[in-house]
Amino acid sequence: MRAFTYERAKDAVEAARIVAGRPDAKFIAGGTNLLDLMKLEIETPTHLVDVQDLGFDKIEKTRDGGLRIGALVTNTDLAADERVRRDYGVLTRAIVAGASGQLRNKASTAGNLLQRTRCPYFYDTNMACNKRKPGSGCAAIGGYSRQLGVIGVSNACIATFPGDMAVAMRVLDAAIETVDGGGQKRSIPIAEFHRLWGDRPEIDTVLKPGELITAVTLPRPIGGRHFYEKVRDRASYAYALVSVAAVIQRDGTGRVAFGGVAPRPWRVEAADALLPQGAAAVTARAFQGATPTRDNAFKLPLATRALASVIAQAKA
Amino acid sequence: MADRPELEITRRGVLASGAMGAAIAVAPGAAVAQNAPEPQAPPTMPVRFKVNGRPQQLTLDTRTTLLDALREHLHLTGTKKGCDHGQCGACTVLVGGKRINSCLTLAVMHEGDEIVTIEGLGTPDKLHPMQAAFVKHDGYQCGYCTPGQICSAVAVLDEIRRGVPSHVQADLTKRPAASNMEMRERMSGNICRCGAYSNIADAMADVAGVKA
Ligand SMILES: Cc1cc2nc3c(=O)[nH]c(=O)nc-3n(C[C@H](O)[C@H](O)[C@H](O)COP(=O)(O)OP(=O)(O)OC[C@H]3O[C@@H](n4cnc5c(N)ncnc54)[C@H](O)[C@@H]3O)c2cc1C
Ligand code: SF4
Ligand code: FES
Ligand code: FES
Repeated sequence: MRAFTYERAKDAVEAARIVAGRPDAKFIAGGTNLLDLMKLEIETPTHLVDVQDLGFDKIEKTRDGGLRIGALVTNTDLAADERVRRDYGVLTRAIVAGASGQLRNKASTAGNLLQRTRCPYFYDTNMACNKRKPGSGCAAIGGYSRQLGVIGVSNACIATFPGDMAVAMRVLDAAIETVDGGGQKRSIPIAEFHRLWGDRPEIDTVLKPGELITAVTLPRPIGGRHFYEKVRDRASYAYALVSVAAVIQRDGTGRVAFGGVAPRPWRVEAADALLPQGAAAVTARAFQGATPTRDNAFKLPLATRALASVIAQAKA
Repeated sequence: MADRPELEITRRGVLASGAMGAAIAVAPGAAVAQNAPEPQAPPTMPVRFKVNGRPQQLTLDTRTTLLDALREHLHLTGTKKGCDHGQCGACTVLVGGKRINSCLTLAVMHEGDEIVTIEGLGTPDKLHPMQAAFVKHDGYQCGYCTPGQICSAVAVLDEIRRGVPSHVQADLTKRPAASNMEMRERMSGNICRCGAYSNIADAMADVAGVKA
């Protein structure tokens, strides 16, 4: 790990100003992704601004009947919140399907959205990787790509966004609230938050340098039955090969998003509309134009089957 | 050996003196090398927290993880380093009563915190009930993962008591039960290379007062 200085921020705008002012500075929340990457010198900040004292650790009702989740609320606390379990079950289900009890106790809402890819070549600093070292090439294209993306990927990078929580937030139409170093606030729909890689895979999201996440908001509850089906190589404590977050209404309509397949939680609203016609109709539309590799082509039928299982449970 | 104390060198002693040697070697270089960029000492910071009820005050390289602070600075070597990347659970400790991986957190992030390690749960002559149950049920073979397993197991039973939901819970609005399925799912962050899992589950069931 490279040496760095460390401070605990007392004020959100001040924290954003410090990080915006020096490209070598980073926020740290739970530290479970950043420190992992710093140990491997994939991330090399020389200044850390710890945001744990900023008071973003509460879940509150919004005026329009939704919830505002503080950026520092831990995955454990968010999954356990009574209102979330009752009205946004897909979110609890997605969170408890991810990582381990120990990690969820530290993982923050903001940090989880910003966790970086798990592409094995991104982690192996001996290999070419445009995301880790822009312009160096992509060892995954033509390499071992079983875990990687099948849609929304580019000629520069075929990695996925690996997280679970954000896939549920995508079906719930969550929004990410931020503040910058000038005190300017904005709210970013989660559909627009994670970038498609294009020719700049080193940039994961639309956040500006130093822009601080303060909260994630959920609109009022939409009812329905909530599901998160995660298919992985072992029953627990593993990233998704494919996951399905779904909210299905009594009449068979609903919403669905897929994880483990693309640079962002993958939802196509036009495919949602096909839910009453069954899983194959939905995935045919959602994965139109997919570009799987030989290693990860299995993800397409797997997505259909995982969704079919969800639809069957919803009917039961 | 006893009459030749200079030979009584421990592995830890060698590591510590090696680090000191490196620190000393930097100093004269810094004084004479006028043209070369000055080698900078890595930033250090003071931090205070309680470990097993005892206040501790350390000045640490900011890079020091909580795990290394416990093992290398406070010599509480019960907590183990397996992967150092959040993947095995050997480093599990309780902070503010909650289990975390001490390898993925910086010591300086824990100013004012209360930390409990395996050494603080019980002592050899006054074992914590979970420690006693691990002994009774043979919940280990080599023992390397065991401190992490025991800290995690204590926290798991507390999480079930507090109603923290899990992946295997059928109805999210109900309280979870201390079933074998629940305990196995909740313990998945602790890997045991020796495969003592079924005995660990028995030990936990014993403490929880349920059938394994
Ligand atoms: C072994 C292992 C298995 C895992 N398995 C899963 C899994 O199955 N599913 C899953 O979803 N996740 C999994 N994870 C990832 C885990 O969920 C993330 O590491 C965690 O959510 C990151 O949150 P954090 O608070 O620790 O982030 P940090 O490591 O503190 O930060 C991550 C990034 O976010 C930035 N950041 C943090 N807070 C803010 C803020 N408020 N505003 C702006 N930027 C901010 C930091 O600068 C950093 O770049 C796993 C992790 C490990 C180590
Ligand atoms: S897929 Fe992306 S992250 Fe993986 S090696 Fe290629 S550029 Fe790097
Ligand atoms: S040493 Fe911390 S999880 Fe393996
Ligand atoms: S007892 Fe050997 S690793 Fe668990």
